[in-house]
Amino acid sequence: MSAPPAISCHGLETGPAGRSVLRNVCFDIPPGTVTAVLGPNGAGKTTLFRTLLGLIRPARGTLALFGQPVKTGRRDVGYLPQTRTPAGPTLSGRTHILAALQGSRTWGLPDPRGPAELDRLLQELGVSSLADRPFGSLSGGERQKLLLVQALLGQPRLLILDEPLAGLDPAHMQDVAVLAGKLAREKGLTVLMSTHDINPLADVTDQVLYLAGGEARFGTSDDVLTSPVLSTLYGCPVEVFRTPSGQVFVSAGRT
Amino acid sequence: MLQFEFMRLAFLASGLAALLSGVTGWFLVLRRQSFAGHALSHIGFAGAAASLWAGLPPLAGLMLTAGLGGTVMGTSGARQEQHDVAIGLTLAFSMGAGMLFLHLLNGPARRATALLFGNVMGIDTPTLICLTVTVLAGLAGMALLARPLLFLSLQPELAEARGVPVRLISGLFLGLTGLATAACAEVTGVLLVFTLMIGPGATALRLGLTPLAGLAAAAGLAVAEAWGGLALAWQSDAPVSFCIALLSLLVFGLTTLRMKRKNGDVQNTQF
Ligand SMILES: Nc1ncnc2c1ncn2[C@@H]1O[C@H](COP(=O)(O)OP(=O)(O)O)[C@@H](O)[C@H]1O
Ligand SMILES: [Mg+2]
Repeated sequence: MSAPPAISCHGLETGPAGRSVLRNVCFDIPPGTVTAVLGPNGAGKTTLFRTLLGLIRPARGTLALFGQPVKTGRRDVGYLPQTRTPAGPTLSGRTHILAALQGSRTWGLPDPRGPAELDRLLQELGVSSLADRPFGSLSGGERQKLLLVQALLGQPRLLILDEPLAGLDPAHMQDVAVLAGKLAREKGLTVLMSTHDINPLADVTDQVLYLAGGEARFGTSDDVLTSPVLSTLYGCPVEVFRTPSGQVFVSAGRT
Repeated sequence: MLQFEFMRLAFLASGLAALLSGVTGWFLVLRRQSFAGHALSHIGFAGAAASLWAGLPPLAGLMLTAGLGGTVMGTSGARQEQHDVAIGLTLAFSMGAGMLFLHLLNGPARRATALLFGNVMGIDTPTLICLTVTVLAGLAGMALLARPLLFLSLQPELAEARGVPVRLISGLFLGLTGLATAACAEVTGVLLVFTLMIGPGATALRLGLTPLAGLAAAAGLAVAEAWGGLALAWQSDAPVSFCIALLSLLVFGLTTLRMKRKNGDVQNTQF
């Protein structure tokens, strides 16, 4: 018997506050793969993630993670929300992560193994020295790495990273992308990352999920990032350029 | 000064109120909800005035309206920082309503002054007992809420995804803040609740401590400022509330200067 898909999504219609931002979205993501979730601003990338996390109840369709229904508080899902200005800039990064670790079981006692696991992961990702600085004094890339450590705590099987590359310089983008690829390969994690630009992730992604106009296309980058497919998706002419070195540029005409 | 019964009661009452105020204040500042905390004390003023008018002890009305007001504000889901106008209008209306009740009551003006600016040297034993129970209950509540509250204050989206009941916790927290406000208003009056609630919390957060140490520092500072203010008032004959407000501002200002010199500006510091 083959393992169920990491994410199985069929006929999904969903959106915040009762709106239907996404309609009829279908895809199956194999476990242990890296998927780039692409699409213009407002396409519904965050909406899709919040639905996968059980924060938005879909209006229609079926959705399962590893063959089990979606709900909040699943321990096997790690999540890195889209960045915003952090509260508590004077508190250390370690405090931020520990707060998440110890506050997750609302009324219960925290897992006593948490701090040790945190130290191990900080070392493994080479960010121990960042963890004790005030969170507000870290650069965007440094914060992102710490929050990635947080998403990895509790040994998740699925990582949902919302715009993990936003605001990073190319070197840090590369770091985060390589790390994501490594996690998928070495730990068998399924990784879902939303991004504006596929290029920094090109080497590590197994497939792309492109959202636009409320619909989605899923497949390899070569299959999805083509002029005909994206033109249908956007409902207007879209040009796709590929440079000889493999960079991809999508130009959706302004309508 | 401690040979006088009223001073002993004043020290006990202000110490107790300061403990709870310091702890809730640390979270209020962290969550950027100081304005909501300020508003709660004014809502409490309306309740206290209404109680007086109805012939009940003002503390009862204060606790009830501030506690309920906080719970409603917190569970309404919206983050307070986005609701400045609604909070400000409620605050202003509450002050107006409080004045109306005092007007209807037609009592002596010092009643209003006591509510607005505190009357800690006039606290009686029943009030102190009521205060003790309130503060102990408030501290127990905060101990229960602390962990999930810290989590959702620092990372709201993640807390939601982890299944933390965000609205419930936020509502309970502001409800407890209402109780703390009521306790604090007995000492500093509703207008100066900020001094014991926001001053110590903001100072402690600047120090860059771990949460537990920060909460202890906030509570300790609040008690020290309350007691220092009482002693200063005893020596100088200035109003207690003024002395506490002065100390609170001084401590905050000096700490800020010192930390700036030590660390430079930490990015995004918005306290
Ligand atoms: N809380 C909300 N209430 C109503 N509409 C929302 C809310 N959050 C997002 N939206 C709308 O949903 C659409 C999708 O948003 P989002 O999923 O955040 O897009 P993306 O992450 O791809 O930029 C946008 O049109 C946005 O305006
Ligand atoms: Mg988004």
